[in-house]
Amino acid sequence: MPHAASGIDCDIHPALPSISALFPYLPAYWSEQLRVRGTDGFDSILYPPNAGFSCRADWRDGAKPGTSLEALRRHALDGFGTRIAVCNLLYNVAAVRNADLGTVLARAMNDWLAAEWLDREPRLRAAIHIAPQDPGAAAEEIERRAADPRFVHVLLPAMDETLFGKRLFRPIHEAAARHRLPLAIHAQMTATHATTSNGWPSHLAEDHIAMAHAFQAQLLSFVYEGAFTAFPELRLVLLESGFAWLPNFLWRADRTWKAMRAEVPWVDTPPSAILREHVRIALQPAEAPPDPAQLPILLEQLGGDELLLLSTDWPHAQFAGNDPFPAGFPATLRRRVAEDNPRAVYPRIEVSP
Amino acid sequence: MTPDDGLVLADRAARGEARLKIIDCDVHHALRSAADLKPFLATRWQEHLDRYGFRVPTPFLSSPQYPKGAPALSRTDSWPPNGGPPGSDLAFLREQLLDRWGISFGLLHFLFPGAMDQRNQSFGNALARALNEWQVEHWTRHERRLKAGIILPGEDADAAVAEIEHWAGHTTAGGGDFVQVALATHTIELLGRRRYWRIYEAAAAAGLPLCLHTMGYNGRAVTPAGWPSFYVEEHHEVAISQQTVVASLILEGVLERIPDLKVVIVEAGFAWVPGFAWRLDHYWSRFRDELEHVTRPPSETIRERFWFTSQPADEPEKPEQLRQTMDWMGWDRLLFATDYPHWDMDNPEHAFRMPMSDEEKRMVFAGNAERVYGLS
Amino acid sequence: MARHVVAKAEEIPPGSRKLVTVRGREIGIFNHEGEFFALLNRCPHQGGALCKGTLVGLVTSDAPGTYDYSRPGEMLKCPWHGWEFDLRTGQSYCDPKSTWVRAYEVTVEPGEVLAKGPFVAETFPVSIEENYIVVEL
Repeated sequence: MPHAASGIDCDIHPALPSISALFPYLPAYWSEQLRVRGTDGFDSILYPPNAGFSCRADWRDGAKPGTSLEALRRHALDGFGTRIAVCNLLYNVAAVRNADLGTVLARAMNDWLAAEWLDREPRLRAAIHIAPQDPGAAAEEIERRAADPRFVHVLLPAMDETLFGKRLFRPIHEAAARHRLPLAIHAQMTATHATTSNGWPSHLAEDHIAMAHAFQAQLLSFVYEGAFTAFPELRLVLLESGFAWLPNFLWRADRTWKAMRAEVPWVDTPPSAILREHVRIALQPAEAPPDPAQLPILLEQLGGDELLLLSTDWPHAQFAGNDPFPAGFPATLRRRVAEDNPRAVYPRIEVSP
Repeated sequence: MTPDDGLVLADRAARGEARLKIIDCDVHHALRSAADLKPFLATRWQEHLDRYGFRVPTPFLSSPQYPKGAPALSRTDSWPPNGGPPGSDLAFLREQLLDRWGISFGLLHFLFPGAMDQRNQSFGNALARALNEWQVEHWTRHERRLKAGIILPGEDADAAVAEIEHWAGHTTAGGGDFVQVALATHTIELLGRRRYWRIYEAAAAAGLPLCLHTMGYNGRAVTPAGWPSFYVEEHHEVAISQQTVVASLILEGVLERIPDLKVVIVEAGFAWVPGFAWRLDHYWSRFRDELEHVTRPPSETIRERFWFTSQPADEPEKPEQLRQTMDWMGWDRLLFATDYPHWDMDNPEHAFRMPMSDEEKRMVFAGNAERVYGLS
Repeated sequence: MARHVVAKAEEIPPGSRKLVTVRGREIGIFNHEGEFFALLNRCPHQGGALCKGTLVGLVTSDAPGTYDYSRPGEMLKCPWHGWEFDLRTGQSYCDPKSTWVRAYEVTVEPGEVLAKGPFVAETFPVSIEENYIVVEL
């Protein structure tokens, strides 16, 4: 019997064992700085390694989650029969306040991924990691990395200091669009703002829940700043965002646009139409109605079979078992989500390295 | 959306169709000017008001941070003929809202100036008392169809509890001026945090639902990812931000700790509720060890303890999708609201594009509100 | 279809408007720089009194940050939700093909022409010395 997923997984998470893994890839000055000043690194506070959510119990092997290529092969690739999987590091480079340090870290992360993961496992692809603190330098990193077809999208954090649709990020939009590299926004926080607009919640669970607001804010920002108007080829991929919020979000966006469109006259079609064309959303976490029979109703409300992309979010504990599709997911849609949709949004993904 | 011939209303009236009972759960009254408050402020605070004005964490002296959709945030046809801003003239509010649609009760929500977000908390406390006096003297005493919320200086829990106790004789069981307590939502801390718990205990003890109309300033960006450039974004974001308030109240355990507390979420729309409840349940199930004080799936708490006002009602291209969403949410959770006189108000005759049964209409337009507020 | 005399032309000088009732329908008559337009006073969205709305210009754009402003005073914004309608056609900006408000033929006629009929003057007598606003409905 074929594996349940068997396709292109757009969101898995290898991890750095420690900051020292990057030292060989950093300029001498920076590796020395990090050594002599002392830092434990920049792992994201959103995923404490011992929290149950950060790694499924049946995937734990005593090591820091995500650090073993063997474990990745066993669980994330062979475990699901995955053909191709996209590696997204959650190392929190966007939160490094020194933009110069962020820029060299991001470049080192990409070099490390290429050498230690992509070169050793042909089924892997990767995100281009950038430090959006310096949009010009980030665009240069996209240019440099675009030559390697194994890099298939550009990773951005859902919660950062400034919404990413804004025009100061034009160099990033332009470089990504020119190389047909989607901008992939992943659940992530840089603590430049509280994780809710009403203050800091007490619990990590609330940070994850609040990510849905950040994703919605990013979508409105890309539409209304005119990023898709200026760069029609630009695509967004939302990773670990959930999707049950989308129908109401689009209804509300259209209602508001009809009233206020003169404020943003470059947006001359309803935001729902723009977003349906330009945005794709990863399957996990698959928040869904408790009754599986109701899931097709939600999928119908999402408005289009092209929207979802297969993801497992390995090693995070989003679901149990070896089927990332939620109960009630129509068999007829699986191939689209696992193969057709990812190939459409990632034109580079089938190119042989 | 094709034009009608302009005669629909007249036809209906001519046919003498029975009018649906309507309770409007979001009506905005306004001061004619800040001077309206002077009779209710001590001399010290009258002088303070003259010299310093209202100071909340925003950059401009009197304008909101984003120019809104319309002056005074209001329908341009809602300025009273006798002067004053929209919502400031009782006679005109009767004519344009209560009598126009035969509304049985209108629940008043006061927005500007906020008491809870005044940076000077002593002034905020005095302002809350003055606003409540003004609500009784200028509104609820003169029009029994209008019911107010007790405006609380919620960042000072002692003062807020005292304010609830002060008006004990004016709640539904007593004088009937107030049917709920009102807090801002953009607050110093998330509303589920323990600095606010005493307020909820006092509200529950007084038998008053907690009303959370999206309002107030806390100096934070309206998204957790920064400041949007445009009002077309901000207007949408303030509604989304209410979701984190719902999460906070549930995941801090407030609803389980205070079993009599009811919460009404106002002006955040409602079609997001089912999907958000699934999201809450998903992460609650992933983080049971962090949230061990929350013993029930959050969706169950929403289903029993939260109500949501309807405006702005979503307008999906396929109206049956709104029905599907209502079925997920539960028809007993929705309270009709116009948001009069604000520019994005809903007309009770056109708010819902979806077909509704007579029983569903009765619940949404009045029955649910009668049950939450004990109004009849 | 009949021709209804609804006002004396001088009652609606340029830049002004008047609400009239014809066969039970409220209709807004607008004088925009000497041209007259007539629209049903009822927004197709939620029934707002459209003709009490604000007249604004048309803004379009082909690139973010540019604002091409034209036709000042020719777009009517509903006083409720701000939907924009073209004074000349009744079409909405956001959905011109399927969301529109009824627009009526409106002309200015001298009283001596009207005296020959046929026309309907519902509220006042027509004198041959004056000009009148006539709406076809």
